[in-house]
Amino acid sequence: MRRSNAFRFPTRALAAGLLLAGTALAGAQAQTAATIGMQLEPPHLDPTGGAAAAIDEVVYANVFEGLTRYRSDGSIAPALAENWDISDDGRSYTFHLHAGVTFHDGSALNAEDVKFSLDRARAEDSTNAQKALFAGIESVEVIDDTTVKVNLKSADGAFVTKMAWGDAVILAPETVEQAATAPVGSGPFKFDQWVRGDRVELVRNPDYWGNPVDLERATFKFISDPNAAFAAVMAGDIDAFPGYPAPETLAAFEADPRFDVVVGSTEGETILSTNNKADALSDVRVREAIAHAINRQEIIDGAMFGFGTPIGTHFAPHNPDYLDLTAQSNYDPERSKELLKAAGYDNGLKLTLKLPPPSYARRGGEIVAAQLRAVGIETEISNLEWAQWLEQVFRGKDFDLTIVSHTEPMDINIYARPGYYFQYDNPAFQDLMKTLDVEADPAKRSALLKQAQQMIADDYVNGYLFQLARTGVVNAKLKGLWQNSPTQANDLTGVHWE
Amino acid sequence: MAAARRNALPLSLMLGLALTGLFVLLALVSFFWTPYDVTKLDVAHRMQLPSALHWLGTDNIGRDILAMIMVGTRTSIAVALVAVTVGVGLGLPLGLLAASRHGSLLDEVVMRSNDLIFAFPSLVIAILITAVFGPSAFNAILAIGIFNIPVFARLSRGAALSLWQLDYLRFAQTAGKGAMRISIEHILPNILNVLIVQMTIQFSLGILAESGLSYIGLGVQPPTPSLGRMLADNRTLTALAPHLTLIPGMAIVLIVLGLNLLGDGLRDLTDPKLARQR
Repeated sequence: MRRSNAFRFPTRALAAGLLLAGTALAGAQAQTAATIGMQLEPPHLDPTGGAAAAIDEVVYANVFEGLTRYRSDGSIAPALAENWDISDDGRSYTFHLHAGVTFHDGSALNAEDVKFSLDRARAEDSTNAQKALFAGIESVEVIDDTTVKVNLKSADGAFVTKMAWGDAVILAPETVEQAATAPVGSGPFKFDQWVRGDRVELVRNPDYWGNPVDLERATFKFISDPNAAFAAVMAGDIDAFPGYPAPETLAAFEADPRFDVVVGSTEGETILSTNNKADALSDVRVREAIAHAINRQEIIDGAMFGFGTPIGTHFAPHNPDYLDLTAQSNYDPERSKELLKAAGYDNGLKLTLKLPPPSYARRGGEIVAAQLRAVGIETEISNLEWAQWLEQVFRGKDFDLTIVSHTEPMDINIYARPGYYFQYDNPAFQDLMKTLDVEADPAKRSALLKQAQQMIADDYVNGYLFQLARTGVVNAKLKGLWQNSPTQANDLTGVHWE
Repeated sequence: MAAARRNALPLSLMLGLALTGLFVLLALVSFFWTPYDVTKLDVAHRMQLPSALHWLGTDNIGRDILAMIMVGTRTSIAVALVAVTVGVGLGLPLGLLAASRHGSLLDEVVMRSNDLIFAFPSLVIAILITAVFGPSAFNAILAIGIFNIPVFARLSRGAALSLWQLDYLRFAQTAGKGAMRISIEHILPNILNVLIVQMTIQFSLGILAESGLSYIGLGVQPPTPSLGRMLADNRTLTALAPHLTLIPGMAIVLIVLGLNLLGDGLRDLTDPKLARQR
C-alpha cells in the first residue's frame, strides 16, 4: 500500500510519545504473562454447548483438549490420543490415550471420560452446536483405561479431523455442569477467573501432561470498540489482538517497530448478496451487469484498507479446490451498460442496498453504490443494525442488495437451499450438491466443487467481492501465535516472549 | 451613554452573525456549486491532507471534504430550520392559547402534555421515533421538532401571562377584542424578541441533535453527507488522519458557537432589562 509521508508524520510523533509511556510500564511487568485482546466476549465457556466463536477463542487448546487437534496450518495432530488404529473396513477407530493425564481438579482423564463426552455430544438432547460431527458414530466402547474404540456407521476419512473441533473436546462427567462458568479441562492452562464484561484469566497448569507452556498467566480482554482497541494496544495494555477490528489503523502499527502486523486468511467470503427473486434482479443480465460494474480492488482498498483477496465465486482462495474466476466478472463498466440496455434498463434502475453494521459493509456499501451509479443503477442505502438486518434481509428477504461476509468454512452448499435469503433456485446446482455429499473420492470431490464454483459464477448469483482477511496486531516480542485461523482459536501453547 | 450603546452592536452579535452567515453562505452556495461532486469517490487519493486540489483534503474513501462539509451543513441547517419551525408553529399558538385561558382545564391539558414531552430525554425519544419509522431526514426533523414544541409553548405562555396583567390589555378586552385577536395584535409583537432569541438557541440545539442522530446512524442516510456521520465514519482514523474528524467536528462547533453568540447578541440588543443593568 502506498501512503503519503504527509500523514505518516503525525503518527510517528504520536507513536514516539506512546513509546516513552510504554517502556516505563514494561520494566515493571515480568514477561511471563500475556494479554490477548478479543472483540467479542463469549456468552459462556463451554465449547461443547455453544456456537459462539469467542468460546473456542478462549478455551480451545488452552483449557480444553480433544482426541486430536488442529495445527496452525490446518493439519491435524494427535492431542489426548497418542495415536490411533483404523480397522480395515475404515469403520472403527481405536484411540490410545496418553497415560497419566489429569483434569485440572486432579482427577484422571481416562477412556470413560472420552466415552462420556462423545455420547453426551451425540445424544438426542445434546446442545452441541456441531452435532453433525458426531452423527456418524454408532457406538463408543471402553477397552481399558487408556483405550477407547469408536464404531462408525460408515467409513469416514475425515473422522479424526472432526474430533479436532472445539466442539469435540473431552470433559469429565463430574465437572461438566460448571464448564460454562468455571471450566475444568485437561489443557496446559487452568481457568482462574472471569470478570464479566472485561476479561477471562487463565493460569499455567503445573501438572500438565504434555510440553509445559512458557506463559505463567494468560488474560483474554474483551474490547469491542475499535478506538478503545487501538488505544489499548498502543498503550501496551494488550499484547496481541489477533482479530483486530480496525484495519484502517493497522498502518500506524506497521510504522511502529514495537508491533508486528499479522495478516492471515479467514473463511469469510464477502459478497454483494443479491435477491435473485427480486423484480429486476431475477434477470441474469442485470446480475451480470452488476458484477461488471464492481471494481473489487477499489472496495478492498477503500473499505478494508487493502486487506482482502478478490474472489470470483463463493469459495475461499486458500482452499486447494479454489477456482479463480475473478476474470469472468472483471471490472468493465461499458459491458455493464450494454447488459443493462439489453435487459431494458438503459433508462436507469433503482435498487435498495441494506447494510449491516460491520465497516466492510458500511464503507463497502458506499463504494459499491458509487460504482453502480456510474453504470446507471441508483441505490437507496439503509444502514441497519444486526437485529433489523436479520429480520428484514435474512428472514424477511425484503431487499435487493446487501453486503455480508459468510464466515462458515465450506459453505458453498447454501446455494442449494432455494429458501436461503438470496433465493437462488437452480435444480442443477442442488443435484450437484447431492452428488457431492455422497462422493468420497478426493479427486472427484475436487472436480465437483470446481464445477459448483463455476456454476454460481456463470449464474452471477451474487456479486463476489473479496475474502475477508484476518488482521492482527502483536507485540513484536511475543512469538508463537497462529497466523491463519483454520479453526476458531487463540492457541497459546506455543506462545513465548523473546 | 445609552445613545452611544445603541449605535454599537454587541460584539457577540457581530461575531455570531459572521460565523452563522459564513455557514449559511456555504450551505447556499452548495446548491449551485461544490468543488467536487459530493458522491464522487477516488479511493486512490483518499485521506489526503488539505491541498490546492482538495482545500480540506479527502476522506477515507476519497471524497472531497469541503464538498461534504458544504452539503452536510446544508443538511444540518435544513433539518434544524424545519424542526424549529415545527416547534414555533405548534408551540407558540399552544402557549398563547394556554395563556389566554389561564387556569382553565385547557391550560392544564396543554401544559401538562408539554411537561410529558419535556420529561423524556430528547435523544431517547428521537431514537425511538427513528427506530420505529426508520432512519431518514424526515424522521430526524420530526424527532427534533417534537422537542421544540414544549420549549416554545412554555416560553410564549410565560411571556404572555405577564402581559395579560397589564392595563392596556384589559382596555383592549373592554373594547371588545377577543382573546385571539389580543394575542395576535398585542401579545405576539411584544414577545417576538424573546422568541427570536430562543429560536436561535433552539436552532443550534437542532444542529447538535441532527449531528448526534446522524452519528449513531439515525439521521440522513448515505450517500447524502452529514456532519455527524462524517465524524462517525472517520472516528477510528483519528490517530492516522486527525483532520478527517477535526474538520467536521470544528464545523459543528463553529455553527453552534455562531448561533449561540448570535442569540446572546440579539438578547443583549433587545432586552431592555439587560441594557439598564449595564
